Amino acid sequence: MALDNIFGIAGSALNAQTVRMNTTASNLANASTVASSDKEAFRGKRVTFKTIMETLPNGNDLANKGGVKISGISDDPKSISRMSDPGNPAADKDGYVYLSNVNEMSEMVEMMAAARSYQNNVEVVNTARQLMMRTLDIIKS
Amino acid sequence: MNIIGNTFSLHEKALGMRSQRMEVLSRNIANADTPNFKAQDIDFRQVLKDTQDTTMRTTDAAHIPLGDAGGGSGLKYRTPFNVAFDGNTVELPVEQAKFGQYAAEYQTTLSILESRISGIRKALRGD
Repeated sequence: MALDNIFGIAGSALNAQTVRMNTTASNLANASTVASSDKEAFRGKRVTFKTIMETLPNGNDLANKGGVKISGISDDPKSISRMSDPGNPAADKDGYVYLSNVNEMSEMVEMMAAARSYQNNVEVVNTARQLMMRTLDIIKS
Repeated sequence: MNIIGNTFSLHEKALGMRSQRMEVLSRNIANADTPNFKAQDIDFRQVLKDTQDTTMRTTDAAHIPLGDAGGGSGLKYRTPFNVAFDGNTVELPVEQAKFGQYAAEYQTTLSILESRISGIRKALRGD
């Protein structure tokens, strides 16, 4: 029945949005970390989504087919800036520390977008549940 | 005697179709942030046409079936109002509005079925 599949699909989306929110939280937490080289500096993480299209080995569709999954987590390609801070224990021999390339504003926006998508999918689950309960009530009518 | 079958025939199918349509929309909403995802929807008119017996049938083994020329499940791609940079054609407000509409339509079909059942029940009880 199609209504049960909704739970799988919306559930996969809830999971994906949670991962997205976790990455944002990690980015925000590391926004002000400094490192002693360009390579070690913290780079913001971004998740990319992908539609679930796979089938089981026996040829049947997965219960959450058409849902969403994480296809990968990649580094933000924005360049790392450095700051002169000779007093910092992490400073390199020239007195520079390397800042993270996280932009707090865009992380906040990302978090809001993830939260809204999450809410949308919760609403979908709620509606599907209500319709299912009403369908079951037919037996009683 | 086929009262029960006749009573439910169309609405039973309609309920299945409507729940399928809810699934398609939930897929769209789940993939609102997926790059290159194309939003889909079920063409109700097409499905209704397919369920009615106006299509040609094969009644002999030598007949060649017409195939799925009519689109079969009626699943079609939505035409977006605006194109997103990542190739995604899901427009959340549209999907939300449609989802609400389809949920209401599902409940309408349910109500019709409910009243049919209670009608039969009344006739059976005879009070």
